[in-house]
Amino acid sequence: MSAMGQAGQPASASAIAESVRAGSTSARSVVEAHLAAIDREDPSLHAFLTVLADDARAGADHVDELVSRGEDPGPLAGVPVALKDNLCTRGVPTTCGSRILEGWLPPYDATVVRRLRAAGALIVGKTNLDEFAMGSSTENSAFGPTLNPHDRSRVPGGSSGGSAAAVASGMVPLALGSDTGGSIRQPAAFCGVVGMKPTYGTVSRYGLIAFASSLDQIGPFATSVVDAALLFDVISGHDPHDSTSLDRPGSRLAEANCPDSAQSVEGLRVGLVRELMDGTDDPVAQMLAKAADALSAAGASVEEVSIPELRYALCAYYLIAPAEASSNLARYDGVRYGLRVDAEDLTSMNSATRAAGFGPEVKRRIMLGTYALSAGYYEAYYGKAQRVRTVIADAFAAAYQRLDALVGATAPTTAFSMGAKVEDPLSMYLSDVCTVASNLAGHPAISVPFGTDEAGMPVGVQVLAPALGEAVMLRVASALERASASLPGIPAAGRASTGRASTGDPAPGRAPGQVGEPA
Amino acid sequence: MSDPGKPSVPGGSSGESRRLSRSDAAYVARLARLDISDEELDLYADQLEAVLDYAAEVDSVDTTAVAPMAHPLPLVNVLRPDEPADSLDRDEVLAQAPASEDGRFMVPRILGEAP
Repeated sequence: MSAMGQAGQPASASAIAESVRAGSTSARSVVEAHLAAIDREDPSLHAFLTVLADDARAGADHVDELVSRGEDPGPLAGVPVALKDNLCTRGVPTTCGSRILEGWLPPYDATVVRRLRAAGALIVGKTNLDEFAMGSSTENSAFGPTLNPHDRSRVPGGSSGGSAAAVASGMVPLALGSDTGGSIRQPAAFCGVVGMKPTYGTVSRYGLIAFASSLDQIGPFATSVVDAALLFDVISGHDPHDSTSLDRPGSRLAEANCPDSAQSVEGLRVGLVRELMDGTDDPVAQMLAKAADALSAAGASVEEVSIPELRYALCAYYLIAPAEASSNLARYDGVRYGLRVDAEDLTSMNSATRAAGFGPEVKRRIMLGTYALSAGYYEAYYGKAQRVRTVIADAFAAAYQRLDALVGATAPTTAFSMGAKVEDPLSMYLSDVCTVASNLAGHPAISVPFGTDEAGMPVGVQVLAPALGEAVMLRVASALERASASLPGIPAAGRASTGRASTGDPAPGRAPGQVGEPA
Repeated sequence: MSDPGKPSVPGGSSGESRRLSRSDAAYVARLARLDISDEELDLYADQLEAVLDYAAEVDSVDTTAVAPMAHPLPLVNVLRPDEPADSLDRDEVLAQAPASEDGRFMVPRILGEAP
């Protein structure tokens, strides 16, 4: 095998898979280049909680062997992927960012992990998150925060901040996150990458550690819309292990979103949602206006719409999500897995274990949810919030009678400073104001990088679509992506070269401690 | 811990702010099986009240004759064929437990039982 360099490697997931399947690049060289990037970038970002160098190398060698035998290694052949550390990996630590699961080794793989492996993807590590995915900045991780690759004094967003930062810094071309109220889309916006929350039920949640079961959904991070579609195609489809999984085959959306063959948005009716623009900072509002112009210029009919019911989405969310979390997290009782703090009787052991194992935000939400579900309060809080959820879903349905897709901000601001909101939970919750409605309705939504603010921090534009409307959503997202190319660029933030594969380049400038070349 | 008793009656649907006392917070912490210090109780009582005041805005939505939505998609009675399949390996599962004995999870004394 010839020596493969880090420079000149294909960088996008699509290009890597194409090149590896064609035999022009070895999966081993791809994984070495990305492990070297992790060695170089991660000490100053802390996106990863666990790096699986040996597993990834072994997986790469297997892919290369399949290629050499003329067998199909799968649609993600040789593509390094990072997993949010709330996705179970058999025999590999899965912490959920919590002390209560520190050292736990899951006895099974999540369905999405099995599908990634079967597709030839190489799982290179597990990424940092707010504890139990509760947060919007990744500062709530028990293992320390992740930093924003574009400005290390700022948060990467959350809760999937590690996955977003890993993709934004070029350490991996793809990552998985989970989105309960915006936890994929908001960090994608803050880090300048594509982040997609699919329709509830399209991706199996088997092996995703539960936060709020009626809202949680797994989805992709990528550097482009087509790569997000490629990953979604691999992980979607029915799974009998998840009773909320829709009985449908996996999607086939990557092909339709290839830059060469992408469908135009001509004739599509797109609504610019006032409630997802009001109250956003000026730079975000300016980029939204440019996004609307770009869609008009591309042939869509764009009109401003008001969906007043969306104003109640965040209040309903902050009743429903903590209520479901308080129930889901009851399982961390010191009996079957994770931490135990010994005490003389069972109840004292439960209470001492949970007090020691959970961080402040998780305790706060468990208490909020326990309160909202307790006798005498259930109907006033949880019951009422569930009815409001129906009101919001009906309001979306009315809008979609005459519109194909909706557009708005992903977050009201660009990435904020570390520590700015940790003392004030309510202000932190408000950063989810544009994203939660899609979770309540179960609809798909995607954040696409679209320009920057004056400090060079990325702005995300969000595209929303009705349930199972991923195809039209991705069409609009691709159009925005094409238009964003003419905007002042997002700083590289250590992003890997985007050049296509060229074999035989020597590895330039390898730093001490980097991984060795494949033999 | 003082006897927190039951929290005060909720504000109904009037939208007025609800007061969450420290004893309410203590009661909730006990329900949730969380040992919480007195200092933490004060902090959580204040923070939870702020969030609850905000969340109470749902009261201003008219939900007369609106059904609650517990699930975004109309999936009901999801069944699978009743066929035996592999389950998780018992030893692998028990190896992750804080304590186990004779193929079972082991726990401390249950309250009220003879030691």
